[in-house]
Parts: sequence; C-alpha cells; structure tokens
Amino acid sequence: MKNYLPLAIVLVLATAYGLWWKRGEGAIRSNKAIPGHRLSEQVLGEALGSRATMVQFSSAFCAPCRATHALLSQMVETIPDVKHIHIDAESHLELVRQFDIRSTPTTIFINKDGIEVGRAAGTPKREQVLKALEAIH
Amino acid sequence: MSEILNKPEVAKIYIDARGPRFAASITTLVLAIALVTQSAWVLALQGLVFLIGAVRGPQFTPYGLIFKSLIKPRLKKEAPTEDVRPPKFAQAVGFLFALVGLIGAIAGSSAVFTVAVGFALAAAFLNAAFNFCLGCEMYLLGLRFATK
Repeated sequence: MKNYLPLAIVLVLATAYGLWWKRGEGAIRSNKAIPGHRLSEQVLGEALGSRATMVQFSSAFCAPCRATHALLSQMVETIPDVKHIHIDAESHLELVRQFDIRSTPTTIFINKDGIEVGRAAGTPKREQVLKALEAIH
Repeated sequence: MSEILNKPEVAKIYIDARGPRFAASITTLVLAIALVTQSAWVLALQGLVFLIGAVRGPQFTPYGLIFKSLIKPRLKKEAPTEDVRPPKFAQAVGFLFALVGLIGAIAGSSAVFTVAVGFALAAAFLNAAFNFCLGCEMYLLGLRFATK
C-alpha cells in the first residue's frame, strides 16, 4: 500500500520553510536589538573598535561560521576603526540569552558605546556589511 | 574571548563540503521511499547509515564512499572544505529520528513512524536543496533549552 500524501506534505512545507529561511539568511536587520543591553569592553574582554565592532557568535556544529569569520576578519584589516570580535556561543550562554541569539553564526553590529545597531543571522554579504558599517558613526 | 575555531582540543578534520550535500540528496530519496512504502526496513538501513555518519564521520558512510569514488573524480572545480563536525551533528540528529521511527514501527504505530521519518526527510531535503545547516539553526536553541 503506497501513500504519497505524507511525502507531498513534507516536501511542500520544507520548500516553503527553505525559501523563507534563504530569504532572511545573512540579512542585516536593525530591529532585532534587545533594549537595555550593552556589549561593553568588560563584557567582551576586549577593547571595542573606535567606531564600530562586529561581534560574531559561533558554535562548533556550524559550517558557515568559518566562512563568516574569514570574511569579517579579512574586512576589518582594511578598516582601522572597526573591530571583529569572535565569541564561542556555547561557553557564553548568558550572553546568548541576554541578546536572544538563536542560531549561529549571528553577528551583532555595535557602535563605539557597545549599543547594538543591527544583527545578521547567517553569513552576510560583503556589500551588506560595508553598508551597515557606513551607517555607524 | 575564546576562539572556538582555533581551539587546540577541537580536532580539525576537514572534508570536501560537497560530500555531505550529495549524501543528503541520497538520504532524501531513501527517506522518501521509506515514507511512501511505510517500510521499516528501508528506515533501518538509513538509520545504520546515520549511525556510521554520526560515530565515524559522514565520509565513511556508503553515501560518502560513493561520493568519493564516483562523484568527486568527475568534479573539476577545486574542492571547498568543511569542518567534519557540523555534518556529524546532523547525522546524529538523523539517527535519533530514525530510532524514534523504528520504535514506532515496532510498537505498531504508523503515526509515530510517519512523523519521525517526515522530520528526518524535511531536514535532509533542506540540506540538499537549500544548503540548510541543521547544527547552525538548532544546536544553540537546543542548548539554551537544555540548560535553562
């Protein structure tokens, strides 16, 4: 006895989810910040960039984390007032909860005061990163 | 701050990133067959593949071996590499779903079988079609939930 209905349901739902996920993946959003929290030098254990800092949360079971790390660390080499700080999400669960980080990689863009101005879940594109950084003064 | 990608205790094994995606395509096909025919035997075979992938690594599964011997030699582009841990994690999740499905089949519940195979199929299909990374989306949420 063959029943194709469950297969059809799974493929339709998964395709819909996949398209939705792909659309948002890597986009830098400015409306996801959790108010009242700051990523300060004390919290991060590292000095912030004098204009902006990109704080990337990564985990071990995450292939695009490596690509994101390579992109961002390479980009800041030519932008002296922006820093890239890399955080192991697993060993900083208190920060993960505070900033409501759900997936890796998530990169939080903060200004010189440690206030979040945008975040990207997934690997952002180079142009998107440049545009987001330009908007931070 | 700890640099997870540079941790010395983390074994750095890199495999051809196209391998797991090829394997996900075969997995999608096999799980689709299991779902349509409601076959516990097909699911058991796929479960065994998941187990090998989770314990030894995806490059040692039958699908990984097919990729290495038949597909890889025909690909001309330079191989993008990937850390072995994300696909290993995905294989472990797949194994858990297969296990639940098999328990359902043995207990005579086709509903449990169908739902478990359905979730495993959805994950494999998302990986194959969209390069969806299960470990990226689910691991941190699971960890947050588990340590609450």
